[in-house]
Amino acid sequence: MAEHSDSASGESFEQPATFAFDDASRTEIATILAKYPAGRQASGSIPLLYVAQRQMKRTTGSAWVPRVAMDAVAAELGMAPIRVYEVATFYLMFNTRPVGTYHLQLCTTTPCWLRGSDDVVAACRKATGIKGWGETSADGMFTMTEVECVGACVNAPILQVNDDFYEDMDADKTVELLAALRRGEPPPRGSMSGRLNSAPTGGPITLTTLDSHPAE
Amino acid sequence: MLSDKDRIFTNLYGQHDFRLAGARARGDWDGTAAILARGPDAIVEEMKASGLRGRGGAGFPTGMKWSFMPKQEGERPHYLVVNADESEPGTCKDRDILRHDPHKLVEGCLIASFAMRAHACYIYIRGEFFNEAVNLQTAIDEAYAAGLIGKNACGSGWDFDLYLHRGAGAYICGEETALLESLEGKKGMPRLKPPFPAAVGLYGCPTTVNNVESIAVAPTILRRGAAWFSALGRPKNAGTKLFCISGHVNKPCNVEEELGIPLRELIDTYAGGVRGGWDNLLAVIPGGASVPLLPKATCDTILMDFDSLREVRSGLGTAAVIVMDKSTDVIKAIARLSQFYKHESCGQCTPCREGTGWMMRVMNRMVQGRAEPDEIDTLEQVTRQVEGHTICALGDAAAWPIQGLIRHFRPVLEERIAQYKAGRSARPIPLAAE
Repeated sequence: MAEHSDSASGESFEQPATFAFDDASRTEIATILAKYPAGRQASGSIPLLYVAQRQMKRTTGSAWVPRVAMDAVAAELGMAPIRVYEVATFYLMFNTRPVGTYHLQLCTTTPCWLRGSDDVVAACRKATGIKGWGETSADGMFTMTEVECVGACVNAPILQVNDDFYEDMDADKTVELLAALRRGEPPPRGSMSGRLNSAPTGGPITLTTLDSHPAE
Repeated sequence: MLSDKDRIFTNLYGQHDFRLAGARARGDWDGTAAILARGPDAIVEEMKASGLRGRGGAGFPTGMKWSFMPKQEGERPHYLVVNADESEPGTCKDRDILRHDPHKLVEGCLIASFAMRAHACYIYIRGEFFNEAVNLQTAIDEAYAAGLIGKNACGSGWDFDLYLHRGAGAYICGEETALLESLEGKKGMPRLKPPFPAAVGLYGCPTTVNNVESIAVAPTILRRGAAWFSALGRPKNAGTKLFCISGHVNKPCNVEEELGIPLRELIDTYAGGVRGGWDNLLAVIPGGASVPLLPKATCDTILMDFDSLREVRSGLGTAAVIVMDKSTDVIKAIARLSQFYKHESCGQCTPCREGTGWMMRVMNRMVQGRAEPDEIDTLEQVTRQVEGHTICALGDAAAWPIQGLIRHFRPVLEERIAQYKAGRSARPIPLAAE
């Protein structure tokens, strides 16, 4: 029987009664466990939690790790379930409750804040109707999470959607991006201002004098 | 300006193919077998002679660190672990190596592992770098397929395995022993040292943990020679370095330059200058969130290297330059960092677990001015009680930005408090941290 859990915000959600790794996940697990020495399979806890989260995304549309999935990871690795619960709750990237189709992860740390992350947050709130952090929109499309520095600061502010970084954001670009996501048409990741990765706007002013075979 | 021919990261912006064919065209994997043939000791000596200091923040000499590993492999295997958990706010240099020049890192992993007599290396990449991990795994797979790593790597007779391991969103895992705990499948809580990882590291075995950039520059240094590298930069601050210039500049970017470049030249030449001109500059955090900020007067002349920045009581850190112009609420900028450290404290040591929250709450009051003037001194004293009283450096990292703010911007704090008081008549009831 499914059990119910209460989230911090008071919304309740359903914990599935069972979880089993499917064939696609089993293939991934075999590759992962080959990386670690015999007897050290506990190293697979983070990778296997990812496998579980991806399987949930694949099968339910929501990337999260229910408790039964943590139990499945523990069984797979011969670990006490509590050790896996510890890992799943210590690391921010494991969602211990369901998230929307598009998980909006908004960096608001100082480098992004200096470049206007407040505007990106406000635009996301307006477009999705989400008021607090960690909440999911009524249509189940979006979840908004405040994250700390994602490590792309020269392209700040960053809005991470699921696994992809959208960079050089502002309010207008955020509105456009969310509209595109709503249509199911995510634009290519990267700079939304059209510049080349971490090069200055207008194009690189270094590395311009090399041919494809730099002299060594 | 540093000449392009002296730049190591020639695909920094991803203008070219990151895959093996592109990497080879840029000179990677050229004569790797010959480098290995010099033997581990010669490689370590060359790295020592190059003067390379670790690029992860602490600036410890890389060659010396390599020399701490046991000279013979005993019953326990040796490991190299590469710290690709780039999370220091302001820092995004390793990201460009991982996604655009991954073969430099893969080749560096082979050479460094060989020099430390390690047959296996793990690269621990932060979980958020999903797409970067895809590129790096592509490079690893290509290197295996081409015989560059794996059994008899590069035909050297040395067997070498390289594995990629993704973290899952915890800044603390950038601390080397927390990283090892995490890699072993546990919560990322730093270990007490000693024993140091070179004696007891991953799985209880001799281990060296190096930053991505430190490892990725090694092949080029060994190909072009220690003399080439050490001639760049300044004495004891050798070589080139990736700088990340973010915040209130006209053109934020990453760039490779010589250590010792003047901060002003770095910002004006590469990042299009400070928004509104140099005179509109308020302050710069020169080396990632954890180093104390510098007021404009210092920024006018400061050189960007380990020792110059240390002299002005700041640090080069990761060389992540966060620029703030005069429109910045500098108290809020630092308070947001206090929130960062509170969020990222692993909770193991009491001074850090309690102190980061306390400092954040007081900083948030300072943003409003809802404090007494003598609380500035109390806040300063608390930072001193956290600093140096924790297992790892996160406590220090949380303390230093606040110390920098008080050192250079005390009048701004006092003015904010006076403004708040002016808006209220009665003396407020003294508050606890909250």
